[in-house]
Amino acid sequence: MIINHPLLGPRDSSEFTYRGDAVLLNRPDPNSESLLNDYYEYQYIRNNTHGFMKELWFHEQGDRSWLVVTRNTLTHEIIKVELASEYKRENK
Amino acid sequence: MILVNYDKILKFQFNGKHYEGYEGDTLASALLRENVKVVGRSFKYHRPRGIFGSGSEEPNALVKLEGSNTHEPNRRATSIKLYDGLKANSQNYIGNVKFDILALNDYIHPFISAGFYYKTFMWPKSFWEKVYEPIIRRAAGLGTLSTEPDPDRYDKGYLHCELLIVGSGPAGLKMALDASRNGKKVILVDEDFIMGGQLLSNEIDINGSSSLQWVEQTLSELRNSSNVRIMTRTSVYGVYDHGIYGALETVTDEIERPGARQILWRIYANKSVLASGATERPIAFPNNDRPGVMLASAVQTYNKRFDVKCGDNISLFTNNSGANLSKISNLIDTRDGSHIVNVHGRNLIRSITLNSGKKINSDCLAVSGGWNPNLQLTCHKRGRPKWNEKLSCFVPDNSNLPNNMYVIGSANGSFSTQSVFNDVSDLSEQLGYRITEKIKTEDNPLNLKPFWFVKSKKRSWVDFQNDVTVKDITLAHQEGFSSVEHVKRYTTLGMATDQGKTSNVIGLAVLADATNKTIPETGTTIFRPPYTPISIGAFAGAHKGKHFKPIRLTPSHEFASENGATFVDTGYWKRAQWFSQDKEVTWRDSVDREVLMTRNSVGICDVSTLGKIDIQGKDAGKFLNKIYINTFSTLKVGKCRYGLMLREDGIAMDDGTSARLSETHYIMTTTTAKAGSVYSHLEFCRQVLFPNMDVHIISTTDQWAQFSIAGPNARNLLSKIIDPSFNISNETFPYMACAEITICSGVRARIFRLSFSGELAYEISVPSRYGDALIRKLISAGKEFNVTMYGTEALGVMRIEKGHAAGNELDGRNTPVNLGLSGLMAKKKDYIGKTLSSREKLSGNETMVGFLSVNPSDKLTNGSHFVNIGDKILPENDQGHMSSVAYSPILERYIGIGFLKNGKDRYDETLKAIDFLQNNHVEVKVVSPHFIDPNGDRLRA
Repeated sequence: MIINHPLLGPRDSSEFTYRGDAVLLNRPDPNSESLLNDYYEYQYIRNNTHGFMKELWFHEQGDRSWLVVTRNTLTHEIIKVELASEYKRENK
Repeated sequence: MILVNYDKILKFQFNGKHYEGYEGDTLASALLRENVKVVGRSFKYHRPRGIFGSGSEEPNALVKLEGSNTHEPNRRATSIKLYDGLKANSQNYIGNVKFDILALNDYIHPFISAGFYYKTFMWPKSFWEKVYEPIIRRAAGLGTLSTEPDPDRYDKGYLHCELLIVGSGPAGLKMALDASRNGKKVILVDEDFIMGGQLLSNEIDINGSSSLQWVEQTLSELRNSSNVRIMTRTSVYGVYDHGIYGALETVTDEIERPGARQILWRIYANKSVLASGATERPIAFPNNDRPGVMLASAVQTYNKRFDVKCGDNISLFTNNSGANLSKISNLIDTRDGSHIVNVHGRNLIRSITLNSGKKINSDCLAVSGGWNPNLQLTCHKRGRPKWNEKLSCFVPDNSNLPNNMYVIGSANGSFSTQSVFNDVSDLSEQLGYRITEKIKTEDNPLNLKPFWFVKSKKRSWVDFQNDVTVKDITLAHQEGFSSVEHVKRYTTLGMATDQGKTSNVIGLAVLADATNKTIPETGTTIFRPPYTPISIGAFAGAHKGKHFKPIRLTPSHEFASENGATFVDTGYWKRAQWFSQDKEVTWRDSVDREVLMTRNSVGICDVSTLGKIDIQGKDAGKFLNKIYINTFSTLKVGKCRYGLMLREDGIAMDDGTSARLSETHYIMTTTTAKAGSVYSHLEFCRQVLFPNMDVHIISTTDQWAQFSIAGPNARNLLSKIIDPSFNISNETFPYMACAEITICSGVRARIFRLSFSGELAYEISVPSRYGDALIRKLISAGKEFNVTMYGTEALGVMRIEKGHAAGNELDGRNTPVNLGLSGLMAKKKDYIGKTLSSREKLSGNETMVGFLSVNPSDKLTNGSHFVNIGDKILPENDQGHMSSVAYSPILERYIGIGFLKNGKDRYDETLKAIDFLQNNHVEVKVVSPHFIDPNGDRLRA
C-alpha cells in the first residue's frame, strides 16, 4: 500500500507500523464518573469495520509521525491521511 | 532478427548424456532438436512425459537444474535459457527415466484415483505413521530440495514508472511505442528472453513488413528511447494495492555464478497495461499425456522460432480455426465430427485411433482446444473473470479490474492480430495519447466450436502435472464434491507449479458436464499471486547469513573483543556476556570472579544499549507524570528517580530511571529490549493522546556511550578522570544525583549516581565517539583498584542478589502490585494504565519474593513452578513460578526470585519447586527478594 503522508508525500506502507482503530485518540476523561467502564470500552471494545475506517499508523522508519489514515478495510482504498496531533486538536 | 544463432554452440548435459544446442535455444527446444522425447515422469502414475508447451504453461517438462553441490528442482525446461555447461536431470523417477520403478503405480491406477489416500491407508491405524506415510512421502512431492545452502546471490530493487506494460507481443510492443512517443515513462516486461511474443512464432504481414521485421524496428526505437525500460526474463507475479507490482527478473539460470541470479522488483506504476496474451488449452482424450502429444502453438513455436521439427508426421487435433500449422499430415477437426479415441505408443506416440475406427500413424500430435486469455493478474485484487460464450473462454471483467489496470490484446479475448492492434489504439485514445501510426494486418476471427473431452472408459488427462483425469473429476462429483473449489482440493486439479494454466478450464468443463450445468454456472477458480513460482531465495534477497538482520556494536565492543569477551545477542546488539581470563574454564568461573571483584573493589559494564530518550519542553515533567506511575514533575533538577510505566491495560511495560538535567530537560533510560517500543509509545502519547503538551522527544541511544562503574572503589576510580572543578563526594553528589560534567580535561560527560548492582555505583556517559577511549582510560586508571570488566551475566547475578526486577519479571503479565511496587502508584494524578490497573482481579495475589534452596547445594531452575509440600503436582495446586535464578558467589549458593501466591506473607515457608524439563524438583524456602544489603547501606556509601 501507499500512504500519502501529509508532510512527506506518498510513502510505501512498509515504512509504517500499524496500531489499529483511531478510537485510541479518545482516551477517556480521568475524572469521568463511569471511569472503569469508559476505560474498559476504550481498551477492549472495537468495531469490526467493513468499509472505511480511521486507523492509526506510525511512520516508524520515517519522520515518526503518528497518522490518522482513513482506509477501506475491504478494498484498501485510502481517502484521507492526517497528522494525528492535528486531527486531535481539530476534533476536540 | 536472429532467433537461433547456429554459430554459437552451447554444450549441455541432460540425464548424464551430452548434447549440443545453440544460442537462442531454451532447454526444451534444444532437447527436441536432439530428439529427446521423454523428459520426465508424471507425479502420481509415473508415466513417461514429454515436452508439451513452449512457455510458462508447461506442465510436464519439470527438471532439476544442477549446480556443483546443489540443485534447483521443478524448473520448466521451456523457461530455461540454454547456457554452455548446463546440467539438468529429470524428476519423479526411481531407476531410469525411461524405465521408472514407480511406473508400477500406472498399473494399479484403479486403486489410486482421486482421494485414494483418504480411503486406502486407514487401517491398521498404527501403520500410518510408520509404514504408509514414509512411503507416500517418498513417492509424493514434485522434485526434491537440495539440503545445501543456496550458493547464489539474490537481490531486490525498486522501480517507478507511469505505465507498466506486461507482455511484449503485438499488443505490448505497440502500446509501448504509443506511450513512449507520448513521452511517458514506460517499463515493458516479458517473461521470455526475447521480446515479441507470438510474433516470433507466426509469420504475419504488419503494414507491409514481416512480423519479425516489425518487432525488430519497434524494439530498436524503444531501446533508443530514454523513457523506456525494457526488461526481458521478468515475470510480473503479483498485483498489489495502489499500483504496486511484484516482478521477478531471472538474470541467469546458472547456479554459482558471480552477481545476482534473480532480482525481485517492486514496481510502482501509475497505470498498467496487461498484454499477456493467451495460452492454448488441450483437449482431453485417452492417453493424451503420451510424449509426442503437444499444444499446437508449441509445435508452431518450435518450428518457426527455434527451427525444430517436433515430428516427421504431424497430426493436428483441433476444435477451432486458430492453429495455423504448416505441413500437417492429418487434420482431425471436431467441427467435422471426428475425434480421437485412443493414442498408441508409450515413450513416444506411434499412432492414433479415430472415432471412425481409422488408425493413423503419427509421431507428433498437435492439439488445440481453444485459447485461455492470460488474465491471472486481473484477479489479484478480487476481480472475477466472466465467461465469453462465443470464444468459449473466460475474459477479464472490466468492471472489477485492479485500479488503473487495462487489458488489451488476446489477454482481453481479442484473438485476431488486427483486433489486438485495434485494442491498442482504443486504449491510447482513452489515455489521451497522440496516435502516430495505424496498423493494418491479419484479421481472421477465431472460429471455435467447444469440444472439451472425449467420453471414454480409458483415462484422459486434464491436469498433466498432478495426474488428474476426467474420471477423477467425475468421481469427485459422484462422491459429493460439486463445488469447483472442493473438486480442486479433492483431486488437486490446477495445483502445483503451473497452477492449472492448461487444465483449469477443461476441468471446469468436465465438472459442468457431470453436473449438467453451464460453465459459468459451475464457476471459476480465481487466481492469487504468484503467477509463476518464485524461489524463497528471491524473497529473502540479500537478507541472509550475517545480513539477515543489522548488527549493533557497543562503543566498547573492540575493547571487549580484545579482552576475552563472549558476546550474546540482545535484539540487534552484541553485548559482552562475560570476559574469560587465563585459567578460567567455564563461564561460571568468569562470572563469579567478575561479581566478586566488583563487590570487593570495582567493576565496569557497558550499559550503552539501554534506551536513552531525551525529553525536553515546558511540559516535560507533566508529560512524564502521564507516562510513569510515580510523579516526576516534582523531581528536583540534578536528581534521578526510578520509574515504572504501564500499558493502558494496567500491565507493567518497562522500567528505568529518568534524570532531570534542567527545569525543561529530562533523560529517560529504558531497558535494552524495550528501547524501541517505549520510544514509539512516548511518541504515541505525545502526538495522539496529549498533542497540546509542549514536549519534544528524541532517541539518543546511539549518541551516548554509557558505562556503569560499581563497587566500593567506584568513586575513587571516577575521581581520577573527572575534571577537578567537579566534586562527586557523597555529600555533594549523593545517591540518585545527576550532573553534566567534563572529564579527562574537557570531554563533555553526564554522570548519574544509580545502582543496579546494589553497590556504590555511577553511570557515566560521553558522546559515543569517546566510548572506546573512555573504557581504555577507566581500565588503566583502575589498575590500582584491581578493576574488572563485567558482562551481562554478572550484571544479572548482581541484580538478582539485589532483588531488582528485569525482563523476566516485566514479562507482560505483571502489574505493579505483583512486582511489589504498588507503593509507587500515585493516587492524585492520572497516568497511563491507572484506571485499568485498579481492577481487583488483574493482579491476582502473586507477589515477587526470593527463594533459597533448603539444601544449599541444590540447583534452582528458571521456570520451575511451586506447589505446597504434600500437595500433588497438578496445575490446580500451582502456587506461582520462579522467574530468575543465579548462582550467588557472595552467598555461595543458588538464589532465585519469582512470583508466589500471597508471597509477602509466606517468608520462611518451605515449598517444592517443580521443573519437569530438567526433572529437577527442589525444596525451597521463601525469603525476601533482597539477598544483599536490604537496607541499601552499600549504595549510599
